[in-house]
Amino acid sequence: MCGIAGIVSQDSTALRTLALERMVETLSHRGPDEHGLHIEGSAALGHSRLSIIDLSSGQQPMQLHNGRLWITFNGEIFNYVELRHELEQKGHCFSTKSDTEVVLHLYQEYGPDFVQRMNGQWSFAIWDDTRQQLFLSRDRMGVRPLYYTTAGSAFIFASEIKAILVHPRVGRHLDLQALDQIFTFWSPLPSRTAFKNIHQLPPAHSAILRDGHLKTWRYWKPNYEWEADDSPRAVGRAADQLLELLLDAARIRLRADVPVGAYLSGGLDSAVTTALITRLAPEKLRTFSVAFEDAALDESLWQREAAAFFGTSHDTIRCSAQDIGAVFPDVVWHMEQPVLRTAPAPLFLLSRLVRQSNFKVVLTGEGSDEILGGYDIFKEAKVRRFIARNVNSKFRPLLLKKLYPYMGPIQKQSPAYLQRFFHVDPSDLANPFFSHVPRWTLTARTKSFFSEDVHRELTGYDCIAEMQSGMPEEFSQWDSFCQAQYLETAHLLPGYILSAQGDRVAMANSVEGRYPFLDYRVVEFASRLSPALKMKALDEKYLLKRMAKGMVPESILSRPKQPYRAPDGASFVNGKAQEYVEEVLSTEAISNAGIFKPGPVRMLLDKFRSGRPTNTGDDMALVGILSTSLLIDQFIHQTRKQDSTCTTYSESFATSS
Amino acid sequence: MYDLQRELRDFIVTNFMFGEGAGLADSDSFISKGVIDSTGVLELVMHIEETYHVQVKDNELVPENLDSVDNLVAFLSRKLAQKETPADAELVAASQA
Repeated sequence: MCGIAGIVSQDSTALRTLALERMVETLSHRGPDEHGLHIEGSAALGHSRLSIIDLSSGQQPMQLHNGRLWITFNGEIFNYVELRHELEQKGHCFSTKSDTEVVLHLYQEYGPDFVQRMNGQWSFAIWDDTRQQLFLSRDRMGVRPLYYTTAGSAFIFASEIKAILVHPRVGRHLDLQALDQIFTFWSPLPSRTAFKNIHQLPPAHSAILRDGHLKTWRYWKPNYEWEADDSPRAVGRAADQLLELLLDAARIRLRADVPVGAYLSGGLDSAVTTALITRLAPEKLRTFSVAFEDAALDESLWQREAAAFFGTSHDTIRCSAQDIGAVFPDVVWHMEQPVLRTAPAPLFLLSRLVRQSNFKVVLTGEGSDEILGGYDIFKEAKVRRFIARNVNSKFRPLLLKKLYPYMGPIQKQSPAYLQRFFHVDPSDLANPFFSHVPRWTLTARTKSFFSEDVHRELTGYDCIAEMQSGMPEEFSQWDSFCQAQYLETAHLLPGYILSAQGDRVAMANSVEGRYPFLDYRVVEFASRLSPALKMKALDEKYLLKRMAKGMVPESILSRPKQPYRAPDGASFVNGKAQEYVEEVLSTEAISNAGIFKPGPVRMLLDKFRSGRPTNTGDDMALVGILSTSLLIDQFIHQTRKQDSTCTTYSESFATSS
Repeated sequence: MYDLQRELRDFIVTNFMFGEGAGLADSDSFISKGVIDSTGVLELVMHIEETYHVQVKDNELVPENLDSVDNLVAFLSRKLAQKETPADAELVAASQA
């Protein structure tokens, strides 16, 4: 895993070298093992390397054919062994053992469409000197990030926004419409970021920059088409197929020249991932998990049970609310976007533990909930539809309590209130976003803290309409369950789960996550399953549970699903956080930033500090406002530098030109 | 004079709207206006029980009783009227004045 950066411009070599060195240095945490630059003609490519495959000869930027092709590559091509064999059959000769060189040969052999042949997680740029063009691509699910901007005639790209912002031509401004999106959907819509004029290449997209023009296209998408057959025989066959695919997905994800560990959260998905690894690799596996001091959030009982069942060597990091508060500014620095939850912070501490244990790679269960129907929001939408078909029923609303057995306040709620909160209205049934309306409505309450200036700037802007305009043509024809799945898979997964809560907090400590459930063959297989095989009545991940029977502890298979949650607002009331919270949320700082109203922000903070009861909306507001304010201090005003860059790097650059 | 309406409204505006209550009419639904969420209702109930020393029964947890300032005042007035202490009677009388 690595960090990439580059510039295509007519600026002098000296200027580009200086800028690119700064950019690559900014990405040191992603690749502390080696740095490299290549500058030739109008192209300048940079790389910071975390060595995982071919430790001795995989240096980058890498070239082919006497420098006619140059690449800077971040990620892994898990089927590179098979692809290399194919290419050798066609006469290609290789000088390294790395997957990066395979990518260059694929480009040479097949042109830009070659990405369809790759199974992996990547973002990269190839400079084609013959055609004088830059080819960029990002993996299907959006595991690895790729950002870009244009400044004057310069095209600038990098793995992280902070690397782009150190280029002297790039301005630093928040994108208020993106902020409006984050405060509704939890992440900016594809191609936007929290920063104005800084874009991201969406998942499953490639692009070519030639003569100053960028052409972008989508090369892959999931399609929800299935033949309804939930006979016992068909279910058994599907479970066998799923296991076969997952085993192969895990097998190729174990390819590395360094030891590979796994996360064990106490839930089904990580237990399945661990079961797959222990079937494939005979040596003792190292597993890692987060435990919480708050018993309502803690899953360590199941983590220990799973570790004992699989016989792994297990390490746990215990995390308190104060621990989260202490590292939150560092986490914001790495996430580069406002968030509504603190959930990324414990994962940041977990990846630190992994790194301190001398591991660079972990396999995790990410993606299973999206593709195999595990999220509560799918269940919630199903129940709401059921209620909407007979709104006068006194019994149907009681099902809403079954949705969230782990949430005390919901359990104490009356059916009449639940019905109102979950927007059960027959007229909403035709809304293609039916499943997500309650979540978006709740999140959007936080926008009441926006200042008058921000409200004025956003007058006439409708983020839901922008979401609608980006939907695929087939979306309206899909089954409602699949519509909800698509919203999670195409938006929240790359925009938040795999970035703020994934790549960023893992790479902050130079740790690479690999996700067997997000192997595109598994994703395509899941999209061809009928919704009934994903959720049978209200039994989530039905097929996966069927497949996992006997593979994982029975207690984990039968326990009610508990989503990963962390202490939110409470993290900022005591301990180390108090000092910076007072500073960042002071009336003066909030007024200067101009995004939020100082008075209400002060009252919100006072509510938390008073010890009075708080609610979910309060938690989201405090975390959202605080993360936005830290982001402004760190990236716009540059008045706050994060306390610790996790990895320090002092070696000189290897430069070729 | 004791003003139950103002007191309840102040609590809603301070606790759930962080002082930004100008757009909230006393008849507005808290849910429709996005003032409270599903967990906020329990905050409201705790406040009523602790401040006015009444007990809200499970079957009283309905929007008709709690989902606007007007509904709250009517509901709480009924609850207080059921109490018999002199202090409570004073509150009831004041709220209906």
